[in-house]
This record gives sequence, C-alpha cells and structure tokens, in this order.
Amino acid sequence: MSIPNSLLALLAEGPRYGAQLKSDFETRTGGTWPLNVGQVYTTLSRLERDGLVTADGPPDDEGKIRYRLTDRGVEAATAWWATPVMREPAPRSELAIKLALAVTSPGVDVTSVVQVQRRSALTHLQDLTRLKRAPARDDNDLAWYLVLEHLIFATESEVRWLDHVESTLARTRASIRESADQSTVKHSDQSLQEQR
Amino acid sequence: MSQPYLVLDDVSRIHGSGDLAVPALIGANLTVQRGELVAVMGPSGSGKSTLLNLAGALDRPSSGRVLIDAVDLSALSARQLAGIRRRKVGFVFQDFNLVPSLTAAENVFLPLELDALPLSDCRLQADQALAEVDLDGVGDRFPDELSGGERQRVAIARALIGERSLVLADEPTGALDTHTGDLVLRLLRDRCDTGAAGLLVTHDARLAAWADRVVFLRDGRVVDTAVASDSDLPLFQVTP
Repeated sequence: MSIPNSLLALLAEGPRYGAQLKSDFETRTGGTWPLNVGQVYTTLSRLERDGLVTADGPPDDEGKIRYRLTDRGVEAATAWWATPVMREPAPRSELAIKLALAVTSPGVDVTSVVQVQRRSALTHLQDLTRLKRAPARDDNDLAWYLVLEHLIFATESEVRWLDHVESTLARTRASIRESADQSTVKHSDQSLQEQR
Repeated sequence: MSQPYLVLDDVSRIHGSGDLAVPALIGANLTVQRGELVAVMGPSGSGKSTLLNLAGALDRPSSGRVLIDAVDLSALSARQLAGIRRRKVGFVFQDFNLVPSLTAAENVFLPLELDALPLSDCRLQADQALAEVDLDGVGDRFPDELSGGERQRVAIARALIGERSLVLADEPTGALDTHTGDLVLRLLRDRCDTGAAGLLVTHDARLAAWADRVVFLRDGRVVDTAVASDSDLPLFQVTP
C-alpha cells in the first residue's frame, strides 16, 4: 500500500499531474525507490475508481489530467499519518532458511556460511555508509539520509543476528559435547562397576 | 602506492609460556596507509585489543614485526617506544581518557607539552586541533563541562595533534547515542581522508562500515576481509 498512500499524501498538498507525482515521490524519498510512471497512472486509476481522487478539471492541451483528492481521499490521507504501517506476515527469508538448513545438514561448515554472509553484509553497509558521508543540506537531503539510515539499521540488524547465530551455535554445541562427555564417563563408570 | 604507515608483519602474541601459553594473536598481517581507515571486527576474546595494543606500541609481539612510519619497533628501547607513542600515535578510547583536572586545550596539547614544546606553541596547536573537530572556543572548559560527544572530539583532537598521523580507536562511540556516534565516526573518517592512518577496533558493524576495509578476527587469527566496493551498485529496488 506504500504507493497509493504516498500518492494520496502528495495530493493532499495540492492537485498534481501523474508525471509530477512521480518526480515528487522520487525527490521526497531521496530517489531511493524510483517509480515507473506507468504504475503511477495505474494507481491513480484505482484511486479514482475507489472514489479517493478525481480529475481536477478537463485534460490540458496535451491531454494530460491533473488529479486532486476527493473528501474521502483527504480523510484517507489524514488517516495514513495517524495509523501505524501494518506489519505484513514475515516473508520467506532465504537467509533464515539457509542457516536453519546449514545447522541441520551434516558436513556444512555453518561458521563459514555465517562469515560469507557477514562479509557481504559489511560490504553492503560500507556502500550505504559511503552514500551518507555528505552531510544533509536541506529537507530533501534529510529525507534521503533518513531512508538510507533505515537500510543501514536493517543491514546492521542482519549482522547482529549473524553474530548471535554464531555465538549461540558455539555455546549450544559446546554444551551438547559436554553432556555427551559426561554421559560417556558415567557409562564407562557403570561398565567398570559391572565388570568388578 | 606509498609505504604503509602501519605494518603488522606476521605478528603473534602469546601470553604465558609452556603448558600455560595462551595465544592471543597468531600470524597477523595488516597494513594501514595514510588516508585509510581500517576496522577490525571480532567477538570478545578474538584478539582485537591485543592487536590494537601491538599497533600502538603498548605491547611487544612474541614474534613478527610492527612498523610505524617505516620504523621497526622491535629494535627500540622502552624509552624510544614511549617517544613513538607520544609523537606518532594517538589513542581514542570508549571512555575518552581525558585528564579531568586539565582543560580541553591542556588535554589536547599534553603530548606536545611532554615533548617540552613552548606553552604558547602548545596552545596554538591545540586551538587549531580543536577547531578541526568543530570545537572552536571550548579550549578553556574542563571535561565535565562537555557532553560525551564533545569529550570524544577532544580525544580525537588530542590523538592527531602535532605530527601524529596514526589514530587507534577502541570502540570510540560505545557510550554515545547513534547520532553523536555518527558525528564522531564522520570526524575520524574526515581526518583519515585528509591524511591520517586510522585503525578502528569495534564489534559494531555500523561503525566498521565507515572503514575502507574491515578485517575479521576469530580466535586470534585474521580470517577474512571485507572491502568497500567502488562501483555504483543498484542498492535499491526499482518499482516494476
């Protein structure tokens, strides 16, 4: 729902053409997620069908339509700011699946699987961090910076999870080995007593 | 490529001896050029602090060589090592390590004062160093009159005063919030971009990402390195 809601939020500031919405969206989110203009028009058609936007007068000389919010559209845009973004059911994570399988697959070096992923995450973090070296000069830079930080926090969280996987694995395997050793000792004590 | 400012050549550090010998660092090779920031990451006990102490001439390796500005430290006496630490190396610690009874400027010029530089020159250089970390005009304030972020910037100014060109940072933002921590790292990065050689030890990926290279330590060994790519990668998904 991010695109329809974003378009409603932009239209709440005043009527706009489709191409204007595309460029405003990209500028205001720091160009992080470029929009396909076709998707802007498809979304506008759906919003129009749902009674949230309407044409702001007849098409201009080039046949382009300017859109504005209906009263219901204004309500929807206001409601978006006031409600939390819905958490979607956890998408299938290839990384989580891969590590779950690695832990249970004989002959797979989990530490190495973790390190390969960690190195890749760090390289990605370095690329993202390089982008934020220039300080924000205006609100558009600030928007870009905050979106970038969102991606940095997400990648950092992946690295933290990988660290956690590695230390949990080491601890758990050590404790399994320890109890296996203890049961071997117990077992040999019993055998010795039986022999006596 | 110029001569690396810091070189660790097959460096090992073993604590204790015989059956009680504990290897803290094994066969580490590492170079840091001027203009470069290198991060060392690893879990607790992986050898990060040992590596930093060896790089800063605070400890001697059991084998291998450490060179700072092309000087082999193994050939130096304890007194000469202290001179290297004072003139070539600056440390930035998590808890700032500022002397509470000295002002910000006095903290910054302490290494110069120990080298018997005239006090007026010391103050001039300290004021310049403080201005470079955006702390103009705070020279006469004491550490307890400064915020955590300001204290760490004083520590960075001290780390790079005079001819010091190697800055060794040990979890330098540990006590700071993410925004202030970013300011400190941005500053460290700037100082490296303008010619210092930086070595940053951290367990925090967010900090390590400011470095040109990230070296991973495990059980005293360098096991991997991540290098920042120079390409314009497609970092973001284009809406279909």
